[in-house]
Amino acid sequence: MGKSFAIAVSVIALLSAGVFAARIWWLPPDISALGLRIDGQLAETMVFTGVLFVAAQLALAAFVWQSTGRTATIRLFPGGPMPLVGAATAIVGLEVLALVFIGTRVWSQAFLTPAPANAIHIDVQAGQFAFYFRYAGPDGKFGVPHPELINEGESNFFGLDPKNDTAARDDIVSASLVVPVDQPVLLTMHSKDVGHSLFIPQLRLQQDFVPGLIIPVHFTATGITKTEIVCTQLCGLGHYNMRAYFEVLSKDDFAKWLTDQAGQ
Amino acid sequence: MSASITELPPTAPHHHVPPESFLRKYVFSLDHKVIGKQYLGLGLIAVCTGMFLSWIMRYHLAFPDKAVPLIGWIAPTFAAGGVITPEFYLQLMTMHGTIMVFFVLTTAPFAGFGNFVLPIQVGAEDMAFPRFNMMSFWVTFVAFAVLVAAFFVPDGPPLSGWTAYAPLSAVGKASGPGEGLGQTLWVISIGIFCIGQLLGSLNFIATTLDLRAKGMTLARLPYSTWAWFITSMIGLIAFSVLLPACVLLLLDRVAGTSFFIPAGLVVSDAVQPHSGGSPLLWQHLFWFFGHPEVYIAIVPGFGIISTILPAVCRKPHLGPRVLIGCQLAIAGLSYMVWGHHMFLSGMSPASATLFSVPTLIITIPAAIITLLWLGTIYGSKLRLSTAALFCLGFVSVFVTGGLSGFFLSQPSIDTYLHGTYFVVGHFHFVMGVAAMFGIFAGTYFWFPKMFGRMMNETLGKWHFALTFIGVYATFMPMHWLGLEGNIRRYSSFPSDYMHGSLPLHRFITFSALFLGAAQLIFLVNLLWSRLRGPVAPDNPWEATTLEWSTTSPPPFDNFGGVHPVVYHGPNEYGVSGPRGDYVMQTDPPMAATPVAATPVAVT
Amino acid sequence: MSIAKGMAPSSAARTGVWVGIGAITMSFAAYTSAMVVRHGSIPEWQHFTLPPILYWNSLVLVASSVTLELARQRIGGPFDRLGHSASLLAAKSRAWLPWYGVTLALSFAFLAGQYLAWKRLSGEGVYLATSPSSSFFYVLTALHALHLLGGLAALVYALRCLRSDDGPRPVNVLAAAALYWHFMAVLWIYLLVVLALWV
Repeated sequence: MGKSFAIAVSVIALLSAGVFAARIWWLPPDISALGLRIDGQLAETMVFTGVLFVAAQLALAAFVWQSTGRTATIRLFPGGPMPLVGAATAIVGLEVLALVFIGTRVWSQAFLTPAPANAIHIDVQAGQFAFYFRYAGPDGKFGVPHPELINEGESNFFGLDPKNDTAARDDIVSASLVVPVDQPVLLTMHSKDVGHSLFIPQLRLQQDFVPGLIIPVHFTATGITKTEIVCTQLCGLGHYNMRAYFEVLSKDDFAKWLTDQAGQ
Repeated sequence: MSASITELPPTAPHHHVPPESFLRKYVFSLDHKVIGKQYLGLGLIAVCTGMFLSWIMRYHLAFPDKAVPLIGWIAPTFAAGGVITPEFYLQLMTMHGTIMVFFVLTTAPFAGFGNFVLPIQVGAEDMAFPRFNMMSFWVTFVAFAVLVAAFFVPDGPPLSGWTAYAPLSAVGKASGPGEGLGQTLWVISIGIFCIGQLLGSLNFIATTLDLRAKGMTLARLPYSTWAWFITSMIGLIAFSVLLPACVLLLLDRVAGTSFFIPAGLVVSDAVQPHSGGSPLLWQHLFWFFGHPEVYIAIVPGFGIISTILPAVCRKPHLGPRVLIGCQLAIAGLSYMVWGHHMFLSGMSPASATLFSVPTLIITIPAAIITLLWLGTIYGSKLRLSTAALFCLGFVSVFVTGGLSGFFLSQPSIDTYLHGTYFVVGHFHFVMGVAAMFGIFAGTYFWFPKMFGRMMNETLGKWHFALTFIGVYATFMPMHWLGLEGNIRRYSSFPSDYMHGSLPLHRFITFSALFLGAAQLIFLVNLLWSRLRGPVAPDNPWEATTLEWSTTSPPPFDNFGGVHPVVYHGPNEYGVSGPRGDYVMQTDPPMAATPVAATPVAVT
Repeated sequence: MSIAKGMAPSSAARTGVWVGIGAITMSFAAYTSAMVVRHGSIPEWQHFTLPPILYWNSLVLVASSVTLELARQRIGGPFDRLGHSASLLAAKSRAWLPWYGVTLALSFAFLAGQYLAWKRLSGEGVYLATSPSSSFFYVLTALHALHLLGGLAALVYALRCLRSDDGPRPVNVLAAAALYWHFMAVLWIYLLVVLALWV
């Protein structure tokens, strides 16, 4: 039984590691300014943990193999526990240091640096069970949202008051997030009801919506695409179906789109 | 009566007379051995329930357009015709998580085995406070009953997940089906559960500190007792924070307060009459409990593995003081990492780094413990009982589960992997698999002591083999789904998104159902052995700790009126003595000649 | 009472109470840290003044701790090596009983005073759900009172033991109950400071 166990562990370890290494199921290609760094960090972690994974499972298999059957003899681990303590601390500790160092730089670029001054500001509202995106329109100003004025039947998703609020009159509301390529975008995210989250896999971007807070997040898309934004925080029965299209257009196409929207 | 009281040494509890009535013997028992078995029984019912719920979920994920067999008959209101609606899926998922985390993983490894074994291992007649102990079980039972009651209320159980994030869980039924009475029952159940756990921690700590037999110094404590002791201390702090969280959530739901609900929310077209609350406050309180909770689930498993391994390897555990030190380090660090569940939550991004660092550091003691196990297995003479196999399996799955945590502990990588099936794969490996393997190992190891009969080894080995393959087949592919961006907590995958992941989901479902079926072998083995298993000797495993020095099962006061005196630590394996290659803790003092060439470090 | 009940040694009882104190401290730390964090962050906070009776009440509670200790000192009598007293009931010193009674009376007075404080506030229109600050106030004071009731029950139980049981057990039970009781006073002072500063 012991030898079968050893073989099973080895096969499982090598097979699994192989699937990871071959990237049979993997992230979609990234089209964001920070994506390369994040993917690099992921790959580095994958290599490190992959090596440890295979080594540990094979060691387990080997030790079990040696310890079963009639030829097994009692041998204490050479050197006692301290070399293992030292090795674990050194190897894992160094890797941790490296990852913290690299990771913090990526993280702060994504979340701790403010959006560039030329970022296009898009206001995002999540609610059960849809995302809506608001552009400031030709006047460049956003109208003030009023929760008590929200009326989905009349497509007033943000509760704007165009009668009394001049800035609100030309706000563009879209069910898709459309952005130009190679242009920083600032999203201000707020929730209408419960917690939601916005995830754009190709941008390696994810951020929760927290009711009561307005959360800024910024990115730059570096490739033309049409993909989906999905909600990743459990928000109720429609959570599985809460999606929106995310389109990156060329600068000209985006300008055209914006003009078309403003005309409506 | 008073004569026997004066004979006992001052530190031993004055034990009560064995009960006569059925109720006192089997129902409202003060005997820690009965209470331990009651907890294990509750855990067994809970795990079967939780597993059954997961089968429905998995079937639906694999075949979203098909009706699930039998369910229409079992739950005609919620799943008419066997059709799993999105809300019903989420309700199943919520109850699956809640039942498994609380009523299986927090009860069985800790309150179940700990209650039965710890007093005997320290040489006591019972826990320090037998009445509180009995109360702790029945309080836990009531909590389970209240939770299960949520299935039977008109709108059903809550759908906010075992994490019950506010405001979804706080605004009441406006936010979704089951969010009315179902969620309220959930909150009350978990609050009651906290009280049960606190009473349990009380007993474990007092018993370990104050009721040890003569000669049982802290340094000579068995590693399982250390683990339960450390777990009880983690639990004391953790559940003391979850209870306030539940109280505040309950008040938001029924008393109109706004601890977690900010102003201006529009739910189901109605502006909510709350203001001033913070959803993040719930998350902080919950995860301050929630992260230590997962160590409560796994540390007893560490203890069980570390107790069984030397016995089945016939050599001492490598580095026992390092082992205990690492567990203490993990316990301490576990309170500094809760924010890694909240990297993307909207809390200050700077604090993400603050949480990421201890999260990564905690891998070091965990890695050391794993290496100590490997070093123990190295050069051993394995006696491959089923308990041994589950220990070896534990090492394998703990490595797998722990390493996937490495990814999630880095905020910049978590930006992608958060909320995906990668997380689901990670926590199922460490909790649903590793902690379960600890429970299985403990069962196969201590069943003879608990019931006086041996479990069937053939059935046990089949159980292990099929389970080991089944868990990898079920949970490893979840990491691949996560890398693809497959999102968790989705009741199904709409036709134009993630539909390509369906084949992998089907494979997982098939594996999960196969894995579930394999557990029938375990159930059959439990029942058969209980009724017809061969009679167990006092010490079938030739182990050193105190429970093996008494009969199987032990007498009412554990040691038959004798007060054990301890002369050795628990690690005397691979030494030559009158019994063979081991010396029991209660054996008279002697110069032990080690069997191995190099000297054995005696604790 | 002819069947001996399960008894833990005195050291276990003390450990038990300290463990309980640890848990309760942690839970109030959770509540008060939630309160302090929220106080700084929101416009809805609405400060209000604490009813003055709360300060008098604090003196009452601290006094009850003092009288409890006075009672304990007066439980005299020799104890043999195994902790058996000749007989507590026979011990001539019954001077402890009145002080014990005063302690219980003061604790009821404290609870009554808390109730009066709530009445005063609700009379001013400050209820549980009025604002986050009032919510925390009521939750903290109510939970303290609830835990205090537990302590009161322990004191009553200890009294019963003292009056009917023999041996070291009643004194040990009282020691545990007294430790918890003093903790209740310390906890109250802490809560009062937090409330006074932030509510």
